Order: sequence, then C-alpha cells, then structure tokens
Amino acid sequence: MARKISMKQAINEALDLEMSADPTVICLGEDIVGGAGADGERDAWGGVLGVTKGLYAKHGDRLMDTPLSESAYIGAAIGAANCGMRPVAELMFLDFMGVCFDQMFNQAAKFKYMFGGKAQTPVVIRGMVGAGFRAAAQHSQMLTPLFTHIPGLKVVCPSTPYDTKGLLIQSIRDNDPVIFCEHKNLYGFEGEVPEGSYTIPLGEANIVRDGKDCSIITYGLMVHRSLEAAAILAKEGIEVEILDLRTLSPLDVDSILETVEKTGRLVCVDEANPRCSIASDVSSIVAMHAFKALKGPIQMVTAPHTPVPFSPILEDLYIPNAAQIVEAVKRATGGKK
Amino acid sequence: MANITPIVMPKWGLSMQEGTVTSWLVEVGTQIKVGMPILEVETDKIANAVEAPDPGLLRKKVASDGELLPVKALLGVMADSDVTDAEIDEYVASYITPSSDDDGVEEVSANTFIDVNGINIRYVKRGADNGVPILFIHGFGGDLDNWLFNIDSLADKHPVIALDLPGHGQSAIKLPGKSITDLAKFVIDFMKAINVDKAHLVGHSMGGAVAAKIALLDANRVATLNLICTAGLGEDINSSYTHGFASSESKRELKPFLELLFADSSLVGRQMVDDVLKYKRLDGVTNLLLELGSALFGKGKQSEQPVKELTNKHKVLIIAGEKDQIIPPQHVKNAPSHAKVEVFSDAGHMTQMEKANEVNKLIIGHVSD
Repeated sequence: MARKISMKQAINEALDLEMSADPTVICLGEDIVGGAGADGERDAWGGVLGVTKGLYAKHGDRLMDTPLSESAYIGAAIGAANCGMRPVAELMFLDFMGVCFDQMFNQAAKFKYMFGGKAQTPVVIRGMVGAGFRAAAQHSQMLTPLFTHIPGLKVVCPSTPYDTKGLLIQSIRDNDPVIFCEHKNLYGFEGEVPEGSYTIPLGEANIVRDGKDCSIITYGLMVHRSLEAAAILAKEGIEVEILDLRTLSPLDVDSILETVEKTGRLVCVDEANPRCSIASDVSSIVAMHAFKALKGPIQMVTAPHTPVPFSPILEDLYIPNAAQIVEAVKRATGGKK
Repeated sequence: MANITPIVMPKWGLSMQEGTVTSWLVEVGTQIKVGMPILEVETDKIANAVEAPDPGLLRKKVASDGELLPVKALLGVMADSDVTDAEIDEYVASYITPSSDDDGVEEVSANTFIDVNGINIRYVKRGADNGVPILFIHGFGGDLDNWLFNIDSLADKHPVIALDLPGHGQSAIKLPGKSITDLAKFVIDFMKAINVDKAHLVGHSMGGAVAAKIALLDANRVATLNLICTAGLGEDINSSYTHGFASSESKRELKPFLELLFADSSLVGRQMVDDVLKYKRLDGVTNLLLELGSALFGKGKQSEQPVKELTNKHKVLIIAGEKDQIIPPQHVKNAPSHAKVEVFSDAGHMTQMEKANEVNKLIIGHVSD
C-alpha cells in the first residue's frame, strides 16, 4: 500500500526492510544508535537527524555506534563487505569523505579490478550532501562529481522518497561499493511510497516532466528547482522536459541523448561547483554524441566556484535557483519555442 | 442561479488531479442531451471524451483548447435562453473550484483493504447504497485503475466494487493458486468477506474468465455477466505479450508491450508506463506474473475455457475489440448462443478504456433490464 512519507522515513524503511530480510546487512556510523550519553537506548536519537531512529530497538547490535573516526569505520565497513557482510555506513556529512579517500578510492573502488574480478565489496556509504542548511563550508558541499570521477564506485543521488527507498534497497543488494548521497534539505520532503520492498535499477534516469522545447538534465534538490522553473516557463508557453539522472555512476547516457534529440536544446543544472561537474560531464557527452540535434548552445546552471558561504544571504545566493534556470532556458531557446 | 448548470472537469480514477482540454466537440448554442460527448480531455494517463452528465443549452465555453485545469474546474456553462449573458458572466466570475481536499476523506475511505484467506486485498466501493452491486474484476497484470472510466459512470444506480486481484495492484504479492478456478474461488471468498451475496460481474480479459468460472461454481452469487475482451472463450492468446509484460525490466522494454493493448498506441503515455513499472518493481511481482502467466497462458494456449461452458442461467454480455492484439476477437464466435455480443471495430484489448462511454452504456443496459 502506498502512503505519503518523508525521504527520511523512506531511508529508515529501506534499512529496516533490508535488515529484516538479510542478516548480513549491518549499519555503522556516528551516533546512529544514540551515542554515548544518550538517554536510554530504546529511545535513542538514531543519528544526528534521526534517520535511523527506532532501528536499534528492532535490530539491536546490528547497528553499531562508532568512534569519531571516519577513517577507521569506513575502512571497517569495506573490510566487512569483503568478508561477506553487507554494511551500510553512515558518514553523517559526506564532506567527511576527505579522511576516507584511501579507503574508498584506493581500496573499495579497486578491489574488483585488482583481484581478477573475484573480490566483491557490497558496501553502501550513505550521508548528507548539499547546501541550504546553514551548516557552513565543511558540511554543505555537493561532492557528487568527485565520487563520480572514480571508476569502481557507484554514485546515487535521489530526489524523491519513492526513488530513495527503491534506490537504497538496490544499493544494499548491489555487489559494488555505492556512495548514496542524500540531500539534507529533502529529508522532510514527502511523497507516495509503497510499504513493501521494491527496487529501482542503478543507472536508470527518469523523466519527471514531459516537454518539447528544451531539456533540463539534473538530479537531487535541483530537480525541484527545475520543476519550479518549468512552471514559470509554462506560463510563457515554453515546455521543458526534465530528466532526473537519479544515478550519476553508472550514467544513463541513452536517456540523456534521447531527450536532447527530442527537444534540441539543453540546460544542465547541478548544485556542485562548475568545474569538472555533472553538468560539464553531461554537456560534453551531448556535445560529442548529439551535436547535430542541438539547435542552440548548451547552458549550465551551477553553484559558483567558491566554498559554500556561512552567511545565510550569501548561501541562498550560492544555490542555483528557479530564476537562474528560467534565464538559462531562455538563453538556450533564444526566445524561440 | 437555479437555471445555470456548470460543466466541470471530471475525475477519472483516484489519482487524477488535473486534465488538459484537447478540444470542444460541440458549439455554443447546442442543446446538450445527457450522455452527449461534449469535449475531449487528456490526463497524464489517457485521453477520453467528457459526456454531459446533465442536459441544457450550451451558453459559454469557459475552458479553451489546450488549457490544463484541476478536477472540478469550470469548463463551460449551460443555461436556458432566458438567462442573460451578464448573469452567466457573473456565475463564471464567482465560480470557485472546490479544492481537492474535499475529496480527501472520500478517497481514503474509498480505498480499503481486507484480509481474505491470509491475503491482503485492496478494493474500492462507491456509488448507491442499495441494489445489486457491480463487481469489477481486472485482467492479468492489471489493477482496479483499469476501470477508471467505468466505475463512476456506473455508480449512479448501483453500488460499484472493484478489487485488485491477489498479486496485483496494491494487494499482497501472493497467489491463492495458479488457475482460473483458484482465482474464482478466491473472488467468491472475497465477496463473502465483504458481505456481497450476489453481484453483477464485469470482467476484463483474465478477469472475464474468472467471472465466468464464478458463475459456474456458485450460480446464485452472480446476477449477470459482462465480459470484455475476455479470456476463456477460445484457446489462443498472445503469450509473447503476457511473457514480455511480466519480464520487462525497464520503460524501454515495457512500453512496446503496453502499446499492444490499445488500437491507438499513442494512448500509452509516460505516466501509464511509470505506474505499471512501479508495480512490477515490487519484490516478488516479476516471478509471480511469470508463474501465473505460464500456468494460464503457457505456449500460447489458454488453460481453461469457462466462458464456453456458460448456460442460460445467466444473462451474458460479451464485448470485444476488433483490433485486440492479445486475445483474438474471433473468439466471440464461440460465445454461448444466448449471449449478447458487441464488437467495436476500432478498439483493442482495453476496450473498456478505449470505448468507455459505449461500454458503460452497454453494461448499464445489460444489468438494468
């Protein structure tokens, strides 16, 4: 039965269902149970924003509170994955990946390739991404392009509760390391989600709006900003098609080329910084493989090439907004329909 | 204002929130009769003609072609000729579209679940309180939304009930058995569970065979049979459809199979493909459909032919689409001699959607007299 739940509840449900179905699924992270000093384990906090709340009461010690040492427990999760477990490690803010680069990029991502395809690393590293939470430069980045750059890692960044649950279950069942990027400003966003288990394949983009005049290719929170822009543009007679990538690695190149071949115009919207971003990656793929379909120059809407500012006014200016997307679509279409 | 009758955006199915007016089919000044198609509306699921629920003289078109409007939005105004244009303009200006929240309570109570033999079943019940209910039984891989154009139209005079069969729609992913007989016995138990002693059965495709089998198993439980593009009336079936539908894993794979269902394949929109895929991606559905499909339709042969066995204990209406690409429409020649048979020349396997207004009329006529 489908009912409306938040993205945070969708993550909780996915973890709960997979822990119930598969005894090798374990969760580890900082404060995911409640943390030292939290009052009473059964009423524990369940993570810094309560994502894993209630799971300890059901699954007990299969949820582990770790010391404040990301290097150690991300490494432990990867090692456990190599030994037959399916760990889900919560990195809280994916910005903390900085101290886990060797574990993730040099070890987890490489094992399959360096051990003749025989080593499997079914680990999920999940955590928060994105700006708008007044959490300053070290807790607000959209590091998706960085993860996407590394062969051997799969990268997911969903925009709705439905997609979140299906993609997280698929990520846990997948035999490769997956970095699961949850936009903190979407945690409260609600949508219809079936109660039971279901999966969405990794590497499948999703059209969330049909249109004939211009394609917007995006992911995560920016899907919602693009929908806002689409509503404004529709009043002016411009119908945009919006492709939500959902998975950044592997990338659904077929769907990217298909929508651009349909509309002939492209705006890439990415909350990451502009250089070597998902937006620039998609733009280059389209320029190489669908150049003849383009009726105008590709446009990009991204954050500026700066850290996320702590000033609330500047932070709001930093995040791409609907007005910028509207302008970019108008540049792409040259005012023509 | 007593002489002014509004024409509003209809609500087709539980999920419809808005629709686009594609074109008006009548001009201002037309004397509209009940049931006359007055304009075409397209939703994210499908396009259909809006039939007039009330009679009257069309005085003003409020909605223009191409306009996207919410359910219950004012589309046009009918009024007698003695109502002045100023009064009509005033009516249009003061019309407030009822918010969709008004439907909230109705929708929640309309969508209910009941445990039948350990299987959780979703069903909807609407319409009149009294009278013999009409029970809708969908086909293989379908759900109660297959009846979105039919349920409300038939709800005026009869209670209407539609269920999601076991393993389908939002019912539990579990089968009571893999034969038409098993499904028929299960639907009888469902009727008992919701205290329905007798019903008019409307069955589509596999659901038609199930309905016929119910009549054979428990004759007193069935008032009339209304079978649309029904299975169980001949051996042949396009099993590449049933297998392809069950095994498709992506939109790209699934869409061509869904297109086989309609005479006009452009009716298959993105939302329809997305909705079917959401169902198919639930854990266990693919295997369940593959098992059920091979048990009922393996190697292109239908396993049971209950419709052929029907006797004149029940009035039988058989509706088929000549462009049906799943079950050959030629099967209607096997229809029991007392059955009333209607074949639509330009409809496919989803005749109840493609020819909704005509099918509704046939069913109303069949269950009433």
